[in-house]
Amino acid sequence: MKIRTITTALAAAVLASVAPADEDADLVVEGETLITRAPAPAHVENLTEVLSGWLFRSDETQALQTDDFDNPGMIFVDQALDTWDEVDGAAGKACASCHEDPSSLAGVRTTMPKVNEDGELWAMEDYVNDCRTTRMEAEPWKWESQDMLNMTALVSLQSRGMPMNVAIDGPAQSYWEQGKEMYYTRYGQLDMACANCHEDNYGNMIRADHLSQGQINGFPVYRLKWAGLGSIHRRFKGCMENIRAEPFKRGSDEFTALELYLASRGEGLSVEGPSVRN
Amino acid sequence: MTITRRKTLLLGAGAALALSVPFGVAQAATVDEAIATFTGGAEATEGGISISAPEIAENGNTVPISVTAEGAASVMILATGNPNAEVATFNFGPLAGSRTASTRIRLAQTQEVVAVAKMEDGSFRRANATVKVTIGGCGG
Amino acid sequence: MEGVKPRVKVPKKAAVGDVITIKTLISHPMESGQRKDKEGNTIPRQIINSFTATFNGQEVISVIIDPSVSSNPYFEFEATIPEAGEFRFEWVDDDGSVYEETKSIAIG
Repeated sequence: MKIRTITTALAAAVLASVAPADEDADLVVEGETLITRAPAPAHVENLTEVLSGWLFRSDETQALQTDDFDNPGMIFVDQALDTWDEVDGAAGKACASCHEDPSSLAGVRTTMPKVNEDGELWAMEDYVNDCRTTRMEAEPWKWESQDMLNMTALVSLQSRGMPMNVAIDGPAQSYWEQGKEMYYTRYGQLDMACANCHEDNYGNMIRADHLSQGQINGFPVYRLKWAGLGSIHRRFKGCMENIRAEPFKRGSDEFTALELYLASRGEGLSVEGPSVRN
Repeated sequence: MTITRRKTLLLGAGAALALSVPFGVAQAATVDEAIATFTGGAEATEGGISISAPEIAENGNTVPISVTAEGAASVMILATGNPNAEVATFNFGPLAGSRTASTRIRLAQTQEVVAVAKMEDGSFRRANATVKVTIGGCGG
Repeated sequence: MEGVKPRVKVPKKAAVGDVITIKTLISHPMESGQRKDKEGNTIPRQIINSFTATFNGQEVISVIIDPSVSSNPYFEFEATIPEAGEFRFEWVDDDGSVYEETKSIAIG
């Protein structure tokens, strides 16, 4: 993929220069090659290929994700492993009481977000908190709390390498349509939609930043900027603030619908969480 | 995100240059003082020490660096453009398998990273590396 | 400080005289003392200010750490293995906390 001709109103803010990203690199983590390029699924209208955000990062940032010791996100997986076995709540249960080993949750991340038994669309954080409040009778964790980020990182890791594959039909369809509409809706004072950057201009530079497709297969992500793990909804919030819009709340129905649509745009890409980004 | 005046101006002008604002930069004197304290005033010569760092750091929060100085007893790292120049000092003990160490550092802006080695023979060596720190378009 | 977790990578086995690579990471915010909170007040510095690695009591490396080291500080270095024994890693926090980790290595 070459730096492409700039075609939208973003042009004034876009600069073709420095990015030392190696877009031809293969992501090999601990000997396993992850899928970072896949043919675009049929429901994604304006892309021919879907690309992991990893491809858009610099050599140094890319390298951090190829080794599970060098990846600073993994220490938070270690913390979640400790929590996994800790009894919490009135029911006297730990995660391990029902799920035994975390590996029993392999594949879960690929299907998130997912419609629950009551027909509501839930993100992984919602499922974790349902376990905590219903089964463990413990306090729910806040969306962006360290405990929640650690746990979603641990659960995501169990699916690492498996392709994203969310359901978008049946009871999920209306949520998916909602998310899709949001993706193409312009928000905020800068009057920009997700698509303006991540569909029309991926591969281009926005100031010194190399625009990716905005794929979410790597979440929760260890961002160098955050110096820690962050959720998908935190990134959405950041994007909305950048375009000077009033962001939706983390955990809101809006963000969860958008998450479903974005997850479906990444169908076929490997789960990478916890990935490393700039 | 708070919209600073600078950001507003940049956006308004559609400017894309990674302009840097010299805020809280360690004064040259402070850098020299830190080196002088480490060397006891002795001159540090070039050669015999290498520092590896990315030419361009995607985010200044986490910049991987590595230093090697065969025969060094200790190596001090300085970030000349940070509010405080001192970054870390590595002391190699009797069981050190080499005189190489790597870490990840913060760089407030584009700047020179300096490594000064105190050699086992009492001499001092230094090396510099320039790291460009980009200002991202999408802080998020 | 609560919730600080070290992580160390050391081979389980080596031959006498081998030079091995050691990687260490510890979860810590490394609050630099340069940042301000929402009210504009300076957030007080709290960092890990030193790190030491020893093997059977002998020093491998020690590091004096300043606030310019990144959050979740990472160090990579090499050690010579003279015999079977135990590595001991120690991180010291500004608040006086000491975080420790040990790793044994066998000869073979």
